[in-house]
Amino acid sequence: MSKHCEILEIEGLHVSFQDGHSSVTALRDVGFTIQKGKTLALVGESGSGKSVTSLAIMGLLPNNARIESRRMRFYPVADGDALDLDRLKPKTMRELRGRRIAMIFQEPMSSLNPLYSIGDQIGEMLLLHEGLDASARKNRVIEILELVEIPSAAQRYNAWPHEFSGGMRQRVMIALALVCKPSLLIADEPTTALDVTIQAQILDLMRRLQSELEMSILFITHDMGVVAEMADDVAVMYAGQIVERTDTRKLFSAPRHPYTQGLLASIPRHGRARNQRIVPIPGSVPSLRAMPPGCSFAPRCSFSETQCRVESIDLLEPAHGHLSRCIRMDKVPANG
Amino acid sequence: MAAVVLIVLTVAFVIVRLAPGDPASLMLGPDATPEEAAELRARLGLDRPIAVQYFTFIANAVRGDLGDSLYFNQPVTKVLALRAEPTVFLALLSLIFALIVAVPIGIYAAYRRGSFFDQSAISAAMLAASVPSFWTGLIAQRWLATEYGWFPASGYGGPDADFLSRMAYLILPSFVLGIVNSALILRFTRASMLDVLGEDYIRTARSKGMGEARVVLRHALRNAGIPIITVVGLTLALLVSGAVVTERVFNIPGMGNLVVNAVLRRDYPVIQGTLIVVAVLYVLINLVSDLLYLLVDKRVRY
Ligand SMILES: Nc1ncnc2c1ncn2[C@@H]1O[C@H](COP(=O)(O)OP(=O)(O)OP(=O)(O)O)[C@@H](O)[C@H]1O
Ligand SMILES: [Mg+2]
Repeated sequence: MSKHCEILEIEGLHVSFQDGHSSVTALRDVGFTIQKGKTLALVGESGSGKSVTSLAIMGLLPNNARIESRRMRFYPVADGDALDLDRLKPKTMRELRGRRIAMIFQEPMSSLNPLYSIGDQIGEMLLLHEGLDASARKNRVIEILELVEIPSAAQRYNAWPHEFSGGMRQRVMIALALVCKPSLLIADEPTTALDVTIQAQILDLMRRLQSELEMSILFITHDMGVVAEMADDVAVMYAGQIVERTDTRKLFSAPRHPYTQGLLASIPRHGRARNQRIVPIPGSVPSLRAMPPGCSFAPRCSFSETQCRVESIDLLEPAHGHLSRCIRMDKVPANG
Repeated sequence: MAAVVLIVLTVAFVIVRLAPGDPASLMLGPDATPEEAAELRARLGLDRPIAVQYFTFIANAVRGDLGDSLYFNQPVTKVLALRAEPTVFLALLSLIFALIVAVPIGIYAAYRRGSFFDQSAISAAMLAASVPSFWTGLIAQRWLATEYGWFPASGYGGPDADFLSRMAYLILPSFVLGIVNSALILRFTRASMLDVLGEDYIRTARSKGMGEARVVLRHALRNAGIPIITVVGLTLALLVSGAVVTERVFNIPGMGNLVVNAVLRRDYPVIQGTLIVVAVLYVLINLVSDLLYLLVDKRVRY
């Protein structure tokens, strides 16, 4: 094992957005680590702050965002120096972006520039980061298009984005993200917009490329099924906080936060016992402008008590390697 | 294209004949005798059946013969050709001026949306668009030309002035005419850039690790280009009418001045000819902007 086996460590990340004279807090005390070559899934409902987290890592939050963190440490290459992402000069951050940390997005249909051929757009990465000339770029682009299994890759070099289907465009996006062989890939709901069979193919492809390129993945999703399939570790997000963090097996077999349990109970699962019904979580996510004091999940939680509603709750460690932001875990039955 | 020209010719033909009363007596004014009117009618072919007049007119126009000016006693095409240079260069120079000012400011205002720069740009554009150009023209003439003597105040140089000194006469008028149009171009550029900067592919471009200049100029501007080209085409068309006012203020012997005088002199063939030339210009401008679309957007169209 090398000196450190993590590639990204985040601690105490706060993000708020200034909006005129008021501000909303989108992330509170977010922290997680991603291990080398592993996949961390960041799960949560819409609006919980998953995209804000990923953009904070990329340094791509809009100008009205205020970011604070205790630590955002990235280890770009094995045994190389650690970089503090929150302290980098813009130029260094740009060199990292795309080259060491790459990103793919939810909307394959609109994430590619409609006016440039896909060869151009993928090749631009090589121009920016490796300064390759046109013919070298072309070779590399065709190589990566073949790697993401785009049929007749060489002929598609000059094709336009609108000539591709959604699934194929997501492959193009993956090719674009991976062409410089980044060590960390951030995938923000890469399959949400695709239909189920295409989704399975893309997930398959990502797993294969992950082991081929030895990269780590921050996989953002709200789909517990996808988590089960892709992730080594999971961080569950609720209303801008991480509420539970552990490895995938533990999370599915013994979730220790009522919200996670609710999430697991609300998905249809193969082999679910007949008496176990699909139970939706009652209520809805609180608005960022009207966050309840204490535990944000308390208003929707069937285990909550007075204490949950007064003071904010820290991440506790009920079992080794298992963190949960819940003070009622003794009362919470540990099953899914 | 040919169809459009035919329509233009037909409209010009009809419009002139729509003027109430007998064109010949109108042209000659109230003091003319009936004999004089009849003679002029015969000279203009107005005594022939309307269908014959129409086909003769079209046939002549297609051959480049737009009739003779009543005032100058010269072919209309020649009269127009003599006045075309100042107008064409006035329009082009003011367009270039408007583009140089408006497009970069529009881009930067959109990029820094809501900033002090943005708000100043919007206010300035609003002001520029609402001040009539004859007023800016007179002010500029009074101060920049007469008081400080930086520019010639009016005219187009003597008959022996060379090209560059003729152009010197156009600097101030182009600036005045360009102000109004730059307001329009600025607002369109800004709006169109704002739309594009919010697109997902801009986020993708940033995630690739390029600098902001490349994001804005390569990835955003090109997508914002089509609406910008459209509005530039439109303002160029507006420039033609704007030229009338500006040429009057600065006393430039261009087509704008010509047409105003032709109206005052009831020189119908010249009015008709100007109408046709302007309409053909519109068509050409459209054609050029269509070609520019193809240049910006290289995707195959179906
Ligand atoms: N630029 C911004 N200004 C103000 N608020 C913002 C901004 N960007 C995001 N937010 C707020 O931050 C919160 C988290 O948004 P985020 O996009 O991270 O959610 P998400 O978990 O990715 O949801 P989804 O599953 O819908 O993608 C939302 O309430 C959103 O309104
Ligand atoms: Mg999101």
